[in-house]
Amino acid sequence: MKIVLAAAFVFAGALGGAAPAAAERLVASLSNHHVMITSNYTGVELVLFGSVEGDTTADMRRGSYDIVATVTGPRQSLRTRRKSRVLGIWVNTASRTFVDPPSYLAVLTSRPLDAITSAENQRRMQLGIADTPLPELIHNDIGEVSNDPFRAALVRLMRERGLYNEEPNAVTFLTPTLFRAAISLPADVPIGSYEVDVKLFSDGTLIAQTDSAFEIVKVGFEQFVVNAARDHGVLYGLATAMMALLTGWIASVAFRRD
Amino acid sequence: MQIYLPIADIPVNVFLVLAMGLAVGFISGMFGIGGGFLMTPLLIFIGVQPAVAVASVTTHVAASSFSGAIAYWRRNALDSTLALTLLGGGIFGSAGGVALFTWLRALDQLDLVIGLSYVTLLSVVGILMIAESVRAIIRSRQGKPAELRRPGSHVWFHGLPLKLRFKRSKVYVSAIPVLAIGFIIGFIGAIMGIGGGFLLVPMLIYLVRVPTATVIGTSMVLTFITMASATVLHAATNHLVDAVLALILMVGGVIGAQFGAHAGQRIRGEWLRLFLGLLVLSVGLRFAFELIVRPDDLYSIRFIGGEP
Repeated sequence: MKIVLAAAFVFAGALGGAAPAAAERLVASLSNHHVMITSNYTGVELVLFGSVEGDTTADMRRGSYDIVATVTGPRQSLRTRRKSRVLGIWVNTASRTFVDPPSYLAVLTSRPLDAITSAENQRRMQLGIADTPLPELIHNDIGEVSNDPFRAALVRLMRERGLYNEEPNAVTFLTPTLFRAAISLPADVPIGSYEVDVKLFSDGTLIAQTDSAFEIVKVGFEQFVVNAARDHGVLYGLATAMMALLTGWIASVAFRRD
Repeated sequence: MQIYLPIADIPVNVFLVLAMGLAVGFISGMFGIGGGFLMTPLLIFIGVQPAVAVASVTTHVAASSFSGAIAYWRRNALDSTLALTLLGGGIFGSAGGVALFTWLRALDQLDLVIGLSYVTLLSVVGILMIAESVRAIIRSRQGKPAELRRPGSHVWFHGLPLKLRFKRSKVYVSAIPVLAIGFIIGFIGAIMGIGGGFLLVPMLIYLVRVPTATVIGTSMVLTFITMASATVLHAATNHLVDAVLALILMVGGVIGAQFGAHAGQRIRGEWLRLFLGLLVLSVGLRFAFELIVRPDDLYSIRFIGGEP
């Protein structure tokens, strides 16, 4: 037993020696991996927490860590439309189709992004909303359009609905190596699986990376209604119509005055 | 108290939705209209997707008009022969309307057509009703008999064949204009997503000369049949009927409709028509305002697949 343990230590030591200059590892998890939507659901706040770990204290660059956590929701195509005046009335005259942009995007950082790493790195690693690709359908091609007012409008409207967020001080370090961040999900976030990508920066360079995920699901009665509506549309419709007539009849009996 | 709507995918305040159901139910019971043209914009305003709002409102309107129809039936204030004749035309009208709806959607101009239809129809109908009811009120103030059938009121279509006697309404007219009215209501209803009661009531009063007393109950019979079928169709085709939302709305709606029906019987016909005219006109102007005034935000987003 002792021999095995000793061998393990030697092995671990050899690994540590062979590792690159950055010896830190990033460990992160979420307070909840399954967000259940029940009838009293009004949005939820998840906590992302994690720590920076090194083999020896000498490896640790005390106090100079930065975290960039990106939460990406399920992807769904959408259309941005612009109105203009035609014969005195405002009509949607132009539109752009965005192919599978994230329906939820939160970029949580410990400091403003520009202070964490260079603009070049942000672009390369697609950090922040501005550098997140939002491909558009152009004729029959799919591509990025730079300086597009439709893209700007999409980001602005999604921010207004609380679905796109960039929070420069959302990640707080409780100790030099232990951090936490709150992910707030508004009530109308889409159902589906969410990815959380966490990147550790030090002195402007990426030194470690990890990811996690969570899922927003409907359960119980809500799930039952959704399944019934989707899989048995006609029966669901008939049942709803019967419910309507029954409610009408009950009311007329209850309120009978003659 | 917040409750999460499973199909609409948003939480809403139960009491707010209940109050909306009550208010719209009261109006619908009073005037014999479905109230869809009031409820749908209200739901969109509190954040329900337009498609879910339209689909769920049909269920609410079915319940509300059914309880109203029973209330009128007890007072013997509905004409079932007239309702069935209208329904006969209505079925064909709906089919035609759905065909046009599909065609317009393919052209990507459905929203505009719906907006313009609301403005035109509501404004014109509202103004006509206000003008007529004000004339009637002035006449009765001057002490002249109000509701007499004027000698010149026999329009050309009163000479058409296929005459039917609608006993309860005390009218004897050709079935052709009645079927045509049913067709028009079905057609417009399918395009605008409304029961069409606010159009049917004035058409029956002014064109067929059905007395105000039976017109409301009759309109409610037609409304609940068309709206109950629309609920099934919406649920079967685009799966957007939110039963939870519809239930909250209809509980408020049926209670409101009962009080509305009682209130409606106490108010004189011409005043009732004046109030309905004002209501219809104001909703029409609200839609016109939206089309004419420069919107705060020229841009809007729409998830593809979430809405038809």
